[in-house]
Amino acid sequence: MERALVVDGSVGRPRVVATRRRLLDETGVLIGLAVVLGLFGALIGPQFFRAANLELVARQTVIVCVAALGMTMVIVSGGIDLSVGSVVALSTVVTAVLLREHGPAVAAIGALASGAACGLVNGLLITQLRVVPFIVTLGTMLLVRGAAKGLADERRIEAPITWLNTLLRTVRDGSGVLLPTGIWITVALAILVALVLRYTRFGRHLFAIGSSERTARLCGVRIDRTRAAVYTIAGAFAALAGVMEFSKLSVGDPTVSIGLELDVIAAVIIGGGSLAGGKGSVTGTIAGAAIMAVIQIGCSQQGLPNWVQQIVTGSIIVGAVALDRLRS
Amino acid sequence: MAEPVARLQMRGVSKAFGATLALDAVDLAVNRGEVCALVGQNGAGKSTLMAILAGATKPDAGSMRLDGTPYAPRDPLAARHAGVAMIHQELSLAPHLTVMENIVLGVEPTRGPLGIVDRDRMRQTAAGALAELGHADIAPDATVSTLSPAAQQLVEIARAFAIGCRVLVLDEPTSCLTHADVRTLFDLINRLKAQQIAVVYISHFIEEVKQISDRVVVLRDGRQAGEGRTREMPSEAIVSLMVGRSVEDLYPRRQRRSGDAILAVDALQPGDATFALHRGEVLGIAGLVGAGRTRLLRTIFGLAPVRGGRIRVAAFTGPAPPHARWQQGVGLLSEDRAGEGLARSLSVGDNITLSHLAPFGSRGLVFPSRQRAAATRWIERLDIRCADARQAVAELSGGNQQKVAVGRLLHHDVDVLILDEPTKGIDVASKAEIYRLIDEMVGAGKAVLLVSSYFPELLGVCDRIAVMARGRLGPPRDVAEWNEHSLLMEASGARAS
Repeated sequence: MERALVVDGSVGRPRVVATRRRLLDETGVLIGLAVVLGLFGALIGPQFFRAANLELVARQTVIVCVAALGMTMVIVSGGIDLSVGSVVALSTVVTAVLLREHGPAVAAIGALASGAACGLVNGLLITQLRVVPFIVTLGTMLLVRGAAKGLADERRIEAPITWLNTLLRTVRDGSGVLLPTGIWITVALAILVALVLRYTRFGRHLFAIGSSERTARLCGVRIDRTRAAVYTIAGAFAALAGVMEFSKLSVGDPTVSIGLELDVIAAVIIGGGSLAGGKGSVTGTIAGAAIMAVIQIGCSQQGLPNWVQQIVTGSIIVGAVALDRLRS
Repeated sequence: MAEPVARLQMRGVSKAFGATLALDAVDLAVNRGEVCALVGQNGAGKSTLMAILAGATKPDAGSMRLDGTPYAPRDPLAARHAGVAMIHQELSLAPHLTVMENIVLGVEPTRGPLGIVDRDRMRQTAAGALAELGHADIAPDATVSTLSPAAQQLVEIARAFAIGCRVLVLDEPTSCLTHADVRTLFDLINRLKAQQIAVVYISHFIEEVKQISDRVVVLRDGRQAGEGRTREMPSEAIVSLMVGRSVEDLYPRRQRRSGDAILAVDALQPGDATFALHRGEVLGIAGLVGAGRTRLLRTIFGLAPVRGGRIRVAAFTGPAPPHARWQQGVGLLSEDRAGEGLARSLSVGDNITLSHLAPFGSRGLVFPSRQRAAATRWIERLDIRCADARQAVAELSGGNQQKVAVGRLLHHDVDVLILDEPTKGIDVASKAEIYRLIDEMVGAGKAVLLVSSYFPELLGVCDRIAVMARGRLGPPRDVAEWNEHSLLMEASGARAS
């Protein structure tokens, strides 16, 4: 009762603000997606919402989505990974090279291992040399791209057709159940990453490191180990995106996906991730990637030129971050 | 009208934030050449009242007069031009600019139609302001970041003078100053009094208030709880008014029984420290800011490298990184609450439980419901004022934030609590709560290593105290052998030991 004498100015108001902010975080980007869908639905007509068209949107966004799942974890931990596009290219090349002598499973696993190895190198350089992630991954972006070109002898690598090529083929061709297999894999991974971020010590530690690295260190979080792990995982996710890219191309191409990392980062940022760390969610990221895919497909079906689509996407990135600033 | 007009007159000032009434018809008058201390706990309304005075917030009701003329600043710049200057706890200087650039910032003297800065006049203005403060020793061309905190504060005060100052508000001005600098500041305040300036002095330190002020105004719960001439108000009376109850038992102390040595260091470098900390005791480390106390604690905890000597924690010998220290049952409370102690964007619950997520699920899993339940228990136990465990910790007041940081050590159930300035910048009630917790912990057989710059606190809480001066830790001695005077003598190196 005596303690009740202490008036604390911070009680009354922030409660409302905090709840409202939490709601905005979760739903803001979903509302954005609904708006974009509604807009193109109105412009193009009901055929825009036909199952085949929505499947097209999903197939279009799946590569960015897979890479963005890894990027979400990296950005939550306060880092960034610019080497994603190069890792995707390397992964297509490794898949094609391995397919010439081995089965598709070995090829896919080999590609994932190559991506994880790139990620581990990123993580070790960042934690051991204490160089900021932006610079390290800017360097490895070129390094890995170079390695991919060297491995492929600067050519596209032809590979035999296997089930790997059906990962993203539309169901009308008789592959996948209801949706292409690649989309199911992505959905499963998205759920897995969301659970990891929310329900594991690793996930909580990522948020802690991103929110305040010094606090995390003080609290006994093994920062170097966690960081190395998150970049390794992100590398593996990028490589999986590469396997899907290969599935689409059916060749190993060391020059593919240049600049993909920017789309991937944009998806995370539109989805509420903060480059300062400590913020980001899988739902947001997927919605962010979907927004970009809807704009891309909607514009092309509406017959709008590519430059319109770029202007719209650019505005949405800036708008999303500005909105984020406003509400915090 | 023979009665002299007060320099500053605030009447019936009220301000509400949502449902919370931050200020309820508060009166404040300060005369020319008077130092008026404004005291009260965190959340009592001091900052809101001063924000209104400085033009940063608009009052809901009430009026203000400066030298008898109505005063209602539109914004902080208008307040500065009217002669109301505020010096905050955190200085607002541009560290890369020079002293004179900072002093004239926003009111740069210019020449010609192009608005070219007149550097000669700039230097004159700056030097004049510094000379007026009796500190012509600060070079106008020096870069601000190279100056000591005390000198930076002077630059900030000089900035107030460059624009013409009638009312000077000092908000916790001594929190980053050494003892010698505090004396210099007090000399300066006395000189300002002679120049007929009205000074509002905000502080948590009652001793300082007694020393420097002419009059004390106490705020509590947004109302004026009392006021009086400083000479006629004993410290106990001021504190009682602030808290609304008597604080005789600010430092509770149950019968203490000291047990096994649980932390022992031997010739540890840096710090040249040798001591043994026993279960059931509080060992204090006194010293001035910059004596190397924080570094010693961080070395023990594995946040700074060991350069020599030995550390033993229970059965574990040798240096260890922080995660191993936590496993050994050692927890550290950082002095830098905002930058290190707490992850400000994380929730209260996450902050309390971050070091010890193991109980919330096996094999690396964490169930948020269990985490929240544990955090809620500590929130209730420590009486942390927050919406719920999910509220971001940055939205809490300083005292409540500190309780969250302490809650982490309790949640982890560590045996050795290393506390670095645990009551820095928090209100009296929260302080009392933390003293009570410390006493409870040592009563339960835990050991506390306490660093503090506030000597009465060390004398009130500790069983033994060692003094650190110039990077060396002296031998611990029983608290009965110390008093404030001897601690200060030893800490300032006045007595060779």
